Amino acid sequence: MTKKTITLIAASLACTLSLPTALATPEQDKETFQAYFESRFPNVPEDDFVNGAYAIDPVGRENWEAIEEFPPYETAISKGEEMWETPFENGKTYKDCFPDGPAIAGKYPYWDRERGMVITLPLAINECREENKEKPLKYAKGPIADIVGYIAYESRGQVTNVEIPEDDPRALEAYERGKQFYFARRGQLNFSCAHCHMGNSGTTLRTEILSPAYGHTTHFPVYRSKWGAMGTLHRRFSGCNKQVRAKPFKPQGEEYRNLEFFFTYMNNGLELNGPGARK
Amino acid sequence: MLFFRSSRPGLLALSLGVSTLAAGPALAADMPPNIQLNGDAEAGELVANDRAKGNCVACHAMPGAESPGAIGPVLVAVQTRFPTKKALARQIWDATTKNPEAVMPPFGKHEILTNKEFVDVVEYIWSL
Repeated sequence: MTKKTITLIAASLACTLSLPTALATPEQDKETFQAYFESRFPNVPEDDFVNGAYAIDPVGRENWEAIEEFPPYETAISKGEEMWETPFENGKTYKDCFPDGPAIAGKYPYWDRERGMVITLPLAINECREENKEKPLKYAKGPIADIVGYIAYESRGQVTNVEIPEDDPRALEAYERGKQFYFARRGQLNFSCAHCHMGNSGTTLRTEILSPAYGHTTHFPVYRSKWGAMGTLHRRFSGCNKQVRAKPFKPQGEEYRNLEFFFTYMNNGLELNGPGARK
Repeated sequence: MLFFRSSRPGLLALSLGVSTLAAGPALAADMPPNIQLNGDAEAGELVANDRAKGNCVACHAMPGAESPGAIGPVLVAVQTRFPTKKALARQIWDATTKNPEAVMPPFGKHEILTNKEFVDVVEYIWSL
């Protein structure tokens, strides 16, 4: 692939993604998004993008594979399983809310047309708890990451398949808001998500390799060595916002839910491989 | 001509409208036309390498800087690449003036650096 071809594809991506809604459908956005990364990283097999920076960094990958031999997220999975199995005070369990569970991660996020909003897995879990008179969990870290980690583990191998119902314009609007969030500059440092994880993916910030956006949603929650703990996708969103010196939004607030809706849709077709371990 | 490596998706942010671009801190003034570019290069070197300040090294290789990033161009022979110190200063103040897609943070416009830190960094980079 010549540099010129890559530039052309990149340009067409920017054009396609920036066309008015009526012209660029989410499906077209997704095609251009994925094609961008496939041409930027021609040596990465498509199914390897789920491994983030380790798909493009052989040295990092070796360390990561060593870490995966005794995964740091294992405790979270066990704790999450215990949560799943332990009845609430009223005798019911998560299974009563999620009859197909625990392997349900592939169903989220989804558009709830009755409520007119994006429903994510952590949100659904807390709503289940509240229906059963249990206290909701905090969204960034702790027990929420345990139970989502267990569900993610049980859901490994499911394929990302977010649907944007065409007969509800509000769903498309939520998607568009998420897309706008992704490409908007923000913070004192003036970066958009895309500046680092599309346009400069694969280059280095100091010695850190910027991971490609393609694959970002497949492996959450993650055990992050920097945190020394598990965290949810929205915890990571919030961390990224803080790094560009922007005020982070609330985990599970509308902004991040819409962002997750757009972003997970961009990753449609990739296998779920959470929970993950990251630096 | 020194354009920082542009990010194509930046075009999209532009097309989304000015409101999204203004999400950061309040839009400060342009670089003061009468700014005195007579900083201290040694002090500027510290700012350039300080993670919480200039952090130029996060993206640019510079002589003597440890573990530089590779997002921006190597900072050498700077005086052959900018016609004047002021042109360099404008680029550091707000790189998006010259190239709306520029990724480099607007160090002056967004008040990432104080005025003294700014002129010190300009002096240091100009000396490379």
